[in-house]
Amino acid sequence: MAQALPINSGDTAWVLISAGLVMLMTPALAFFYGGMVRRKNILGILMKCFACLGVVLLLWAIYGYSLAFGRGNGFIGGLEWLNLKGVGLNPNPDYAPTIPHSAFMIFQAMFAVITPAVIIGSLVERMKFTSFLLFMALWLTFVYIPICHMVWGVDGWLKGLGVLDFAGGTVVEINCGVAGLVAAICLGPRLGINKPTLHNLPLVVLGGGLLWFGWLGFNAGSALAANGIAANAFVTTNLAAAAAAVSWASIEWAMTGKPTMFGTISGVIAGLVAITPACGFVEPGAAMLIGLVVGILSFFAVSVLKQKFRYDDALDAFGVHGVGGFWGMIATGLFATTAVNPGAANGFLNGNPGLLKVQLIAACFTVVYCAVGTAVISLVVDKLVGMRVKPEDEIMGLDLTQHHERAYTILD
Amino acid sequence: MKLIIAIIQPHRLEEVKKELYAAEVNLITVSEALGHGRQMGIDEFYRGVKETGNLLRKLKLEIAVNEEFVDKTISAIIKGARTGKIGDGKIFVLDLPRCIRIRTGEEGSCAIG
Repeated sequence: MAQALPINSGDTAWVLISAGLVMLMTPALAFFYGGMVRRKNILGILMKCFACLGVVLLLWAIYGYSLAFGRGNGFIGGLEWLNLKGVGLNPNPDYAPTIPHSAFMIFQAMFAVITPAVIIGSLVERMKFTSFLLFMALWLTFVYIPICHMVWGVDGWLKGLGVLDFAGGTVVEINCGVAGLVAAICLGPRLGINKPTLHNLPLVVLGGGLLWFGWLGFNAGSALAANGIAANAFVTTNLAAAAAAVSWASIEWAMTGKPTMFGTISGVIAGLVAITPACGFVEPGAAMLIGLVVGILSFFAVSVLKQKFRYDDALDAFGVHGVGGFWGMIATGLFATTAVNPGAANGFLNGNPGLLKVQLIAACFTVVYCAVGTAVISLVVDKLVGMRVKPEDEIMGLDLTQHHERAYTILD
Repeated sequence: MKLIIAIIQPHRLEEVKKELYAAEVNLITVSEALGHGRQMGIDEFYRGVKETGNLLRKLKLEIAVNEEFVDKTISAIIKGARTGKIGDGKIFVLDLPRCIRIRTGEEGSCAIG
């Protein structure tokens, strides 16, 4: 066996802290979403998010990590790391040669947790807890893990094509956005409403703010080292979030007469989504442009597109994550530069049109694979246990009917 | 003059308002209430301990009307609030001896509408 590679303490510290930051994103998302629904349904959301933390982390350790990152074929990994056997203290040079393999594994685990959690936003106020558990486990296994392997696995076929996806534009964002749209259509609209029904906007803003904070680990941590690329990702992530917040609020101001807090925090998230695949490949100027554009794209996706087609993607996982992720992948193909990341590639605007083609192939493949996979899983879950709660339970609210708890009372 | 008090399911409010507007009853006060009738609330669990018969969320509507609007108001509320299931609520009709509009000091029937 080869000599173990030396471990860099700075890199290890940064990746472990980043894993903690990404872990925080799932509770943050729970509150971001929780404030957007009627108050009889907030615990249903918090519970589903924590179910992701509970169940996905276990599945990841048992077989998920091995199938996603183990050596296998172009589509799925192998079973060499079942139960994390062999995922130890020595670095794995395929992924991160300067940190313990286990640090890379737990960092990736947090990505696997938050991706199905984002889908919850499309399914709120009407999905059974039991059917969600089944949906989440199947979706992780048959959609997330294969896409993750294809894009990031050492022998994944999209990685082989040279796709650039720094922190998950395909694996996380397009994947959860498209899954949300498809599952929402399979589930059908909520009874009587088809828009976010905020009961606590400050909770939304608190959750959104913590998502921004956590996203710094999500993106800059994806450098897997405490180096210049991490610093670049840290800078571009902040700039894109800021630019998208400004552009969403501005377009709202121009079109409806007032900028809103809800619009501003939505812009922040759209900006973070769009910069996710690009953050370690593009310069700060490009990051601001990526943010400005996604604020406009996502605004139209949720205010025009959704109204026109009348699907009940309740909290806009598709409009923000799907649309923003797709734009981010294209933008990476346009703006990537080896001046930022010498190990990567130049984009269209830096004299390499080939990259844009690869980015489009990866983004479109993810859309199609995820849409088909999610539709099949939704139908199977519906046949087995029924996706939706009974109408009377939907009216009473998921907190009381699914969990026998309530979040608020008007007495005491 | 009568004061009509109705206890309804929270999710029926929009329908009830629609029916009231259709009957040209445009003045309403809504407050949140907790209560239960014969359906006896719902069980809740906190750390494994069951609490039975907890109160359910209801809305309380208060509408003051002149005599000729009493029946119209009652049937509008019933039309909007009825689901046919236990827990739909109740309507109480009370005599209203006086009614004063604060802005003008008007009193009686003309102060209601």
